[in-house]
Amino acid sequence: MNLTLKIWRQKNANDKGKMVDYPVTDVSPDMSFLEMLDVLNESLVQKNEEPVAFDHDCREGICGMCSLYINGEAHGPDRGITTCQLHMRMFKDGDTITIEPFRATAFPVIKDLVVDRSAFDRIQHAGGFISVNTSGNTIDANAIPINKHDADESFEAAMCIGCGACVASCKNSSAMLFVGAKVSQFALLPQGQVEATDRVLNMVKQMDEEGFGNCTNTGACEVECPKGISLENIARMNREYLKASLKG
Amino acid sequence: MALDSKIPKGPLADKWTNHKNNINLVNPANKRLIDVIVVGTGLAGGSAAATLAELGYNVKAFCFQDSPRRAHSIAAQGGINAAKNYQGDGDSTYRLFYDTVKGGDYRSREANVYRLAEVSANIIDQCVAQGVPFAREYGGLLDNRSFGGVLVSRTFYAAGQTGQQLLLGAYSALNRQIGRGKVKMYNRHEMLDVVVVDGKARGIITRNLVTGEIERHSAHAVVLGTGGYGNVFFLSTNAMGSNVTAAWKAHKRGAYFANPCYTQIHPTCIPVSGDHQSKLTLMSESLRNDGRIWVPKHKKDVEAIRAGQLKPTQIAEEDRDYYLERRYPAFGNLVPRDVASRAAKERCDAGYGVNATGEAVYLDFAAAFMRYGKEVAHVRGLDENDDALVKKLGQEVVKTKYGNLFQMYEKIVDQNPYETPMMIYPAVHYTMGGIWVDYNLQTTVPGLYCIGEANFSDHGANRLGASALMQGLADGYFVLPYTIGDYLADDIRTGPISTDSPEFDEAEKSVRKNIEHLINNNGTHSVDHFHKRLGKIMWNKCGMARNAEDLKSAINEIAELRAEFWKDVRVPGTNDEFNEELAKALRVADFLELGELFAKDALLREESAGGHFREEYQTAEGEAMRIKEFQYVAAWEYKGEPKDAVLHKEDLVYENIEVKERSYK
Ligand SMILES: Cc1cc2nc3c(=O)[nH]c(=O)nc-3n(C[C@H](O)[C@H](O)[C@H](O)COP(=O)(O)OP(=O)(O)OC[C@H]3O[C@@H](n4cnc5c(N)ncnc54)[C@H](O)[C@@H]3O)c2cc1C
Ligand code: SF4
Ligand code: FES
Repeated sequence: MNLTLKIWRQKNANDKGKMVDYPVTDVSPDMSFLEMLDVLNESLVQKNEEPVAFDHDCREGICGMCSLYINGEAHGPDRGITTCQLHMRMFKDGDTITIEPFRATAFPVIKDLVVDRSAFDRIQHAGGFISVNTSGNTIDANAIPINKHDADESFEAAMCIGCGACVASCKNSSAMLFVGAKVSQFALLPQGQVEATDRVLNMVKQMDEEGFGNCTNTGACEVECPKGISLENIARMNREYLKASLKG
Repeated sequence: MALDSKIPKGPLADKWTNHKNNINLVNPANKRLIDVIVVGTGLAGGSAAATLAELGYNVKAFCFQDSPRRAHSIAAQGGINAAKNYQGDGDSTYRLFYDTVKGGDYRSREANVYRLAEVSANIIDQCVAQGVPFAREYGGLLDNRSFGGVLVSRTFYAAGQTGQQLLLGAYSALNRQIGRGKVKMYNRHEMLDVVVVDGKARGIITRNLVTGEIERHSAHAVVLGTGGYGNVFFLSTNAMGSNVTAAWKAHKRGAYFANPCYTQIHPTCIPVSGDHQSKLTLMSESLRNDGRIWVPKHKKDVEAIRAGQLKPTQIAEEDRDYYLERRYPAFGNLVPRDVASRAAKERCDAGYGVNATGEAVYLDFAAAFMRYGKEVAHVRGLDENDDALVKKLGQEVVKTKYGNLFQMYEKIVDQNPYETPMMIYPAVHYTMGGIWVDYNLQTTVPGLYCIGEANFSDHGANRLGASALMQGLADGYFVLPYTIGDYLADDIRTGPISTDSPEFDEAEKSVRKNIEHLINNNGTHSVDHFHKRLGKIMWNKCGMARNAEDLKSAINEIAELRAEFWKDVRVPGTNDEFNEELAKALRVADFLELGELFAKDALLREESAGGHFREEYQTAEGEAMRIKEFQYVAAWEYKGEPKDAVLHKEDLVYENIEVKERSYK
C-alpha cells in the first residue's frame, strides 16, 4: 500500500506546531500502525531529518503508553484496541491518514505526538489506593469471600490502562471514565469500603484541579476506550460522590 | 574477590527466620535520615520503593516510562504462584521449592529459592488486602490454574492480565507514599551510571528524557529493579524500552554479572511475520492448560497447509502428532518452557512447521471447548449431545479465562482462534541470568542491591511459569526491606551524601562523553540497523541451540559490530531535547557489550542446562545433558572488554534436594 500521512510536528512544549505531510510506500497490511511509523522514522533518519516522536512501550495493548489520535479517533478506527494493536489492514491503498497527539489542556504536548499525562498519576496519588501497609501482616486472602460477580466487575473496572483516550475523545476533556474506573474497582470490594468517602472526594478534587472538564454524558469516551470501560463506572462514581458529600 | 553468598547457617526451613532475627535494624527516627534510590518501578522496584518509604526511609524512585504504572511487569499475563494449597492438592512450601529448583535444572541457590517459596503465600494475602481483583470461584474464594513443570494448581490469576493487576497494586502502594511525600518519583528518567564513593554505591547519574538534562542523585544505598535483558535479541516479548543499561553500568562499576547465557525462550508466542517486525507477542503459558500442541503427522498435509489447500481443522485426529503428549506423557502439554520450546524447534527443523516460514506449530482449543461446554450444558440441564451448542458454551468459558489473549491474537494474525487453532513459535522471553547477588540481594558492590528479573538469583537455568511475578514481589515487599536495613544500620550518622565529589564528576563526565560521541558521530546507519544485526547474531548463534563453533564466531562478530556501531551510527537531533534515537543508542551500546559476554558465558558452559542447550551435550533422545562439574554460578567480573571478563565461581550445594536427571516423562 502507498499512503499519505499528515502528522503533527511540534519541536517542544513552546513551539506552535504544524501538520506535515509524509508519503509512505510499500506498507504491508500485516504491519502494526507503529511499525509503519518505525519504517517512516527509519527513512527520516536516513535523510538526516528528525524522526517523529511518539510514546509506546509494550506494543501489545496493556501498558497504556501509546496514544495517537488517528483520523479523528483516539487509537484509530478499530474498536477495543490501542494504537499499538492497530494493524495496517484497516487502511486502503491511497488513503490519507491524519495523526495527532491526544489533545487536552491537562495533557500538554511534550514533542510531536508525545503528551504529558502526569495529571492522571496525581489523581491516583490523591486516593487511588487502599491504605494497607505492605508488612505482610494481613489476614489470609481467603478470609473474606467476595461474590464472584462483584469481583469480576471490580476486575473489569481495574482493566483501565490509563491511556487517556477517554479524555482525548471527550469534547469537554473530561477524565470521568478514568477516575470512575478506579473509584469503582475499590467501591465494589469490601477492602475498599473503609476509605470510600475520602477516596472519591479527594480524587474528584484533584481531577478538577488538573483542569479536566465536566462530564455531559455524550458517551464518546466509552466508544473509544480500548478496554471497554463502561459508562456504568461514571454512574457508580457519581453515586459514591453523592454519598460521600452527604456524609460531609 | 571471593564470592560470599552469605547464606545463613542452620536448617533450610529456619534460615530466613533466624536471619531476620539476627540482622541489624534501623530505628524509625534514624530511617528519616537515610535516603535510598530505587531504579525501576515494576513489581520488584515498585513494591520495594513503597515498602521502604512505608518503613520511613526517604525514597527516590526512577523509571523511563511516563508513569510507574507502565513498567514492563504490566504485560505479564498468566499468573503468580504461591504455596497456599487452597486446592488441597498436596502443595506446600517444600513442594514449591522443589519444583522451582528442579524446573531450574539444579542451577539455583537452595536457600534463596526456599525463602521465595516461604514468603509466597503472604504475597497473595498482601495483594488481596490492596484490592487486587484476582479471579474467584462462585463460592467467593480465590481460583487457581496450573502452569508448566508442576503437578499442583497453585497459580493465582486475573484473567490474562495478572501482571497488570499486581503492578497496579504495587503502583497504588507507591502512590500512597508519593502522596505522603515519602517517595519522590522521577518519571521519564533514564539511569546511565552508578556512582561508587569509597567502595560504596552512593548515587546514580540520570538523563531526563524530556529535557536531556544530565542529573546527579545521591543516596545511602541504590537498588536496581530494572528488569531483564531479553531485548539483546532485538525481537523478544519484552517491551520496546526494556534494556540492560542499568545492570550493565552496575557491572562496569564492579557488580559481577551471573550466568548471562541463561535465557528463556518461551514456547507459545505469535510467529514472526516479516522484516518490519518490531516485537513478538506472547500467548500466555496458561493457554497450555487448555490448548493442545500439535503438527501434522504427514509431510503431505504440511505442504497442503502451507499451500493453502488444507485447513488444520480438516486434518483427522489420527493424522495429528501431539508431540508433547507423545514424548512426555506424564506432563504432556505442561512440560517446562525449555522442553516445550526445543520440542517445537525439533518438529519445525524436521520440516513439519505449519506456516509459510516453516516456523510455527498449532495450539488447539477444540477439545477444551467441548470439555467445558459439556460441563456447562450438564449444569444447566441443556442437551449435552448438541455439538454446536456445546462448542458455543465452551467457547464462552474459554473467553472468560483468556478472552484478552484471543483478542490479541486475532488482531495481530487476522485469524479467529475460536474457529481455527492458533499458530505459535518459541520466542525470547525472560532472562534468568543477571546481576549476581548474595542472600541479602546485595551485589558485589556494597550498598548496591538488585531485585526482580535484573538479578540472577532464583530461577537457575530455567524459570517456571508464574514465578517471576512471585519473585519480583517477594524481593520488593518482603526480602529487600529487611536485608537492606542490616547495611544501612551503619549509615545512621553519615548524613546526606554530597553530589559534589570527584566520583560524581567522573561519572557524569563519562556519561556526557558517550552522549557527545553519539550525537556528533554523523554515521550512516540508524540505531535499529545495528540492533537488528545484533539480534540476528544472537538468535542464530546464541539462541535455542548453541555450539562451540557458533559461539566463538558470535564473540568476534559482536565485537566487530560494536566497533562499527561506534564509528558509523547516526543519531539525529541534540542531547538537550526529547530524543528517542539517542535513548535507544545508549541502550544498544550496552547490549553490544552484554551480547559478547553472553556468548562467552555460553561457550564456557560445556553442558546443557535448562534454557542453555549445547548441541554437543545431549542425550540419545535429544534431551539436555547436565554435567556435574558445571554445578556452579558463573559470575563475571568486568575488566575492560567484555571478552576479558574474569570468571568467579559460586559452587551450588544441594543439601535438601537430590540432584537428579530432570525427567518430565
Ligand atoms: C509478555 C510477558 C508475560 C509474562 N507473564 C508472566 C506471568 O504470567 N507470570 C510471571 O510470573 N511472569 C511473567 N512474565 C515475566 C515477568 O513479567 C517479569 O519477569 C517481571 O515482571 C519483571 O519485573 P521487574 O520488576 O523485575 O522488572 P520490570 O517490570 O521490567 O520493570 C523494570 C523497571 O525498570 C525501569 N528501568 C529499566 N531500565 C532503566 C534505566 N536505565 N533507568 C531508569 N529506569 C529503568 C523501567 O522503567 C521499569 O520501571 C512475563 C513477561 C512477559 C514479557
Ligand atoms: S478509561 Fe479507557 S480510555 Fe480512559 S484511560 Fe482507562 S483505558 Fe484509557
Ligand atoms: S504500547 Fe503499550 S499499550 Fe500500546
